[in-house]
Amino acid sequence: MTTTYGPLAIWAVVLVVGLATFAIRYSFVYLFGRIDGVPPRIEEGLRFVPAAVLAALVAPAIVDPGPTLAATVLDDRFLAGIVAAGVAWYTDDMFVTIVAGMLALWTVGAVL
Amino acid sequence: MLPDDFRAGVRAALPSLLGLVPFGLVAGIAAVNAGLSPVQAVGLSFVVFAGASQLAAVDLLAKDASLVVVVVTAVVINLRMAMYSASIAPYFESLRRRWEVVCSYLLTDVGYALSIAEFTDESDTNRRWYYLGAAGAVWAVWQAATVAGVLLGASIPERWDVGFAVPLVFLTLLVSDVSDRPRLVAALVGGGVAVVGANWPLNLGLLGGALAGIVAGVLVDGRGA
Repeated sequence: MTTTYGPLAIWAVVLVVGLATFAIRYSFVYLFGRIDGVPPRIEEGLRFVPAAVLAALVAPAIVDPGPTLAATVLDDRFLAGIVAAGVAWYTDDMFVTIVAGMLALWTVGAVL
Repeated sequence: MLPDDFRAGVRAALPSLLGLVPFGLVAGIAAVNAGLSPVQAVGLSFVVFAGASQLAAVDLLAKDASLVVVVVTAVVINLRMAMYSASIAPYFESLRRRWEVVCSYLLTDVGYALSIAEFTDESDTNRRWYYLGAAGAVWAVWQAATVAGVLLGASIPERWDVGFAVPLVFLTLLVSDVSDRPRLVAALVGGGVAVVGANWPLNLGLLGGALAGIVAGVLVDGRGA
């Protein structure tokens, strides 16, 4: 899929995300001495941001609910995702995980 | 000659740099495949310099999601850096303002993890040089890898389906983050809601999933404590 947004919109995204990201990185460095660190409640929530957001990004890319359970599970992306998750768990290596996941996708795609 | 502490920082970063290369390649390839021009793709990497959020932004742009959703999603992914900022701030206190700004721009998961380990270790390391070595090496390798991905991107045959490498990157990051039960619950709830809401308007499934996952993680953690 290719975006239909023009250059102006894309540069706007780059700038706004860049500025906001810098503001996050600089936030407590700037505030140091002015406030006492992150409020505990916010810190508690921030701990779960990576797991929640990454899962919300990954799951729809590998799980496409079909009419039946079999149709959902017997899917090249789902099976490749399961293989890759196992490989990521054992190796904790991004390169190996990408290679294993892509090989699984091509293999299952050729078989199914 | 570069100071010894700078080189010590670079050396400490070396093992993780290897892992950054495929990540950066995928970020470059995905940006070009999403329809960004090479200059835009490289610009994204220089200005934002945060891999997971770059990939998410590019992924959503390719799907023509609303610009608000693109921006909010990318920024939410980077919120975790507020924790790094708070944790490393005491060690940046002696820096001049302009070095504070440079060091903040360079703050990443890897740069943070390496430097905080060294800083808390009561050594007489020059912190600025060590940090610039570690975080700067991450920066240089990331930029080189994304540029390589951008140059490579257009020449990869479409039937290889390399776009699938994007969720695989997220999956690797996810699996290494899920280290306890509350995080596992956050991931299951976040992923589940996102799947159910995959066709909701404005990609609300993604943001709703993220929010539900965070709330679930906090609740489970509170109960377990």
